[in-house]
Amino acid sequence: MDISNLFTAMPGALAQGLVWGIMAIGVFITFRILDIADLSVDGTMCTGGAVCIMLMQNGWNVWFAMAAALVAGLLVGLVTGLFHTTMGIPAILAGILTQLGLWSVNLAIMGKSNQAINVDKYDLLVSLRYIRNVPIWRNTILVVAVITIVLIAVLYIFFGTELGCSLRATGCNSNMARAQGINTDFNKILGLMISNGLVAFSSALLSQYQGYADASMGKGAIVIGLAAVIIGEAIFGRIFRNFALRLFSVALGSVIYYLVIQTVLWFGIDANWLKLLSALVVAVALAIPHLKGKYFTSVKRPVAKEVD
Amino acid sequence: MLVIDNIYKTFNPGTVNEKTALNGLSLTLEEGDFVTVIGGNGAGKSTMLNAIAGVWPVDGGSILIDGIDVTKLPEHKRAKYLGRVFQDPMTGTAASMEIQENLALAKRRGNCRRFYRTGITSEEKKEYYDLLETLGLGLEKRMTSKVGLLSGGQRQAVTLLMASLKKPKLLLLDEHTAALDPKTAAKVLETTDRIVNSNKLTTVMITHNMKDAIAHGNRLVMMMDGKIILDIKGEEKKQLTVTDLLRKFEIASGEEFASDKAILG
Repeated sequence: MDISNLFTAMPGALAQGLVWGIMAIGVFITFRILDIADLSVDGTMCTGGAVCIMLMQNGWNVWFAMAAALVAGLLVGLVTGLFHTTMGIPAILAGILTQLGLWSVNLAIMGKSNQAINVDKYDLLVSLRYIRNVPIWRNTILVVAVITIVLIAVLYIFFGTELGCSLRATGCNSNMARAQGINTDFNKILGLMISNGLVAFSSALLSQYQGYADASMGKGAIVIGLAAVIIGEAIFGRIFRNFALRLFSVALGSVIYYLVIQTVLWFGIDANWLKLLSALVVAVALAIPHLKGKYFTSVKRPVAKEVD
Repeated sequence: MLVIDNIYKTFNPGTVNEKTALNGLSLTLEEGDFVTVIGGNGAGKSTMLNAIAGVWPVDGGSILIDGIDVTKLPEHKRAKYLGRVFQDPMTGTAASMEIQENLALAKRRGNCRRFYRTGITSEEKKEYYDLLETLGLGLEKRMTSKVGLLSGGQRQAVTLLMASLKKPKLLLLDEHTAALDPKTAAKVLETTDRIVNSNKLTTVMITHNMKDAIAHGNRLVMMMDGKIILDIKGEEKKQLTVTDLLRKFEIASGEEFASDKAILG
C-alpha cells in the first residue's frame, strides 16, 4: 500500500479515462438525447479496435485506420437502427442482436480472438508508453484531450443545426417531432450511427493505447459508459447547463470513474470484482431518481410553483 | 379543403378486443370552415383526427387535403399540411427544449432539416418574441426556459402558436382544453379563436363540451359509432342551443344523450 504506487498509476488511469470518455459521449447521445439504451456498443467497442489494428498491421496509416474504424462504427449503428425502426424490434433487443452478431464479425476481422500491435514497430497515435518521457505533443493524455475537445465542439455545433435540433426533438418527444414533420425513424438511425461511430473511434484509440485488440475488450462497455454519464451528471449537473459542458462532464465522469477504479485496485481489491462493483454503482445511481420520486416528491413538491 | 371519403378503421381485428372505430366516415370541409366535433366516448372523434394526421394507415377510403391525396403518406410527410394540438399538454411540445427552440422546430415544418443550417436564427428570435407577446402570458421574457417548466395552459398556448406558425392547410384540435381547469380552458379557447380568425385557418376542433361546440366555429358535427350522424351549419348553427342539440341528437340516433359531462361541462 505504497502511496507512491498510486501516484505513478494515476496518469495511466487519466489517459484511459479520457479514451473511454469519447465512448461515454457516444453512450450519452443514445441514452440521454435519443432516450435509447443501445447495447450494441459492447460489440462496437471491439469492432473499432479490430478494424484499426488490422489495417495498421497491413501497413495503413494510423489516421486512415482510425477513420475506417469510425466508418465501421457508423455501419454498426445503421444495422441497430434498421433493426429498431424498419423491423420494429425494441431498441434494447435490437442492440443485443447487433452485439451478439458483432462477436462473430469481430473474430472474422481479427482472424483470432486477439491481435497485438507493437508500439516500437508502428507509428501509433496513443500508447501507454507515451505517457512519460515523450515530448509534450506526443503525450497520450494531451492528444486524447485535444481529440475530445474537437469532438465536443463538432457535436455542439451539430446539435445546434436544424438536423441536430430535430434529432433532440425526436428523443424528447417523438409524437411532437412527427407532428412537426420530422422523420423520427431516420433521426433514430442517425443518432445510433453517430453514437456507434464515436464508440468505434474510442475503441480504435483504446486498442492502440493498450497495444492490442481483443474480442472481449468491449464487455460491459455500456455499463462503463452509463457510469460515466451518471457520474458526470451527479457531480457537474448543477453547474454545467450548456450542452457542450454537459458533453464535457461526461468525459470528466469517465476520467473520475477510472481514477476511482485505480484507487480501488490500489487498496488491493481483486480485479475480478470490478465489473460487479461497476454494475452495482450504476444500478444504485439509476435507482436514485426513481426512489426519490417515490418517497420524497409527494411531501416536498412546492405547490404549483413555477421555476424560471 | 378537406375531403374524407368513406374511411374505415378497425383496431385489433380478429381478436376479442376488435373495435371498429371508423365505420364509413365521410366529411367535406370548405376553405375557412371551423368545425366543432362532439360525440360520446368511443364515437371515433380522436380516431378521425388521427386518421387525417396519419398516425396509422386507414383500412379503406381516402383522405384529400386541398386536393392532395394523403391517404398513403406517412405521418411526418403529412405534417406540412397540418397544425395539431393534442389533449395532453405534454404531447405537443418537447419538454427538455427551450420555448424558442420548440417554435423554431415548428417554423421548419415541411422543410428538409439541414445539417448546415442553424436550428434557430437571431431574426427568428425577434419574430418569436413578438408572437409570444400576443399570448399575454409573459412567455416572451422566458424564451430560453425549457418548455417542461411551463404549466399545462401555457404549454397548450405555445403548441397553438407552433401549430399556426407555419400556416397549415388544416388545424386539428383534439380536445385541447380537456386537461385544463375551466378558467385556463376558457383562455386557451379565446386564444384559439383569435389565432384561427386572424390566420383564417380551416379548423377541426373536438370538444367534450356542448356549450363550447355551439359557441365556436361555423359548423358542428356529431359523431356516433364511427360515423357522422348530425351536421349543422350556417344560420342553423348560429341559432343553435343545447336543448336543440339534445333533441336533434335523440332524433338522429334514436337514443338519449348519455354523457352528463358533455351537457353540464
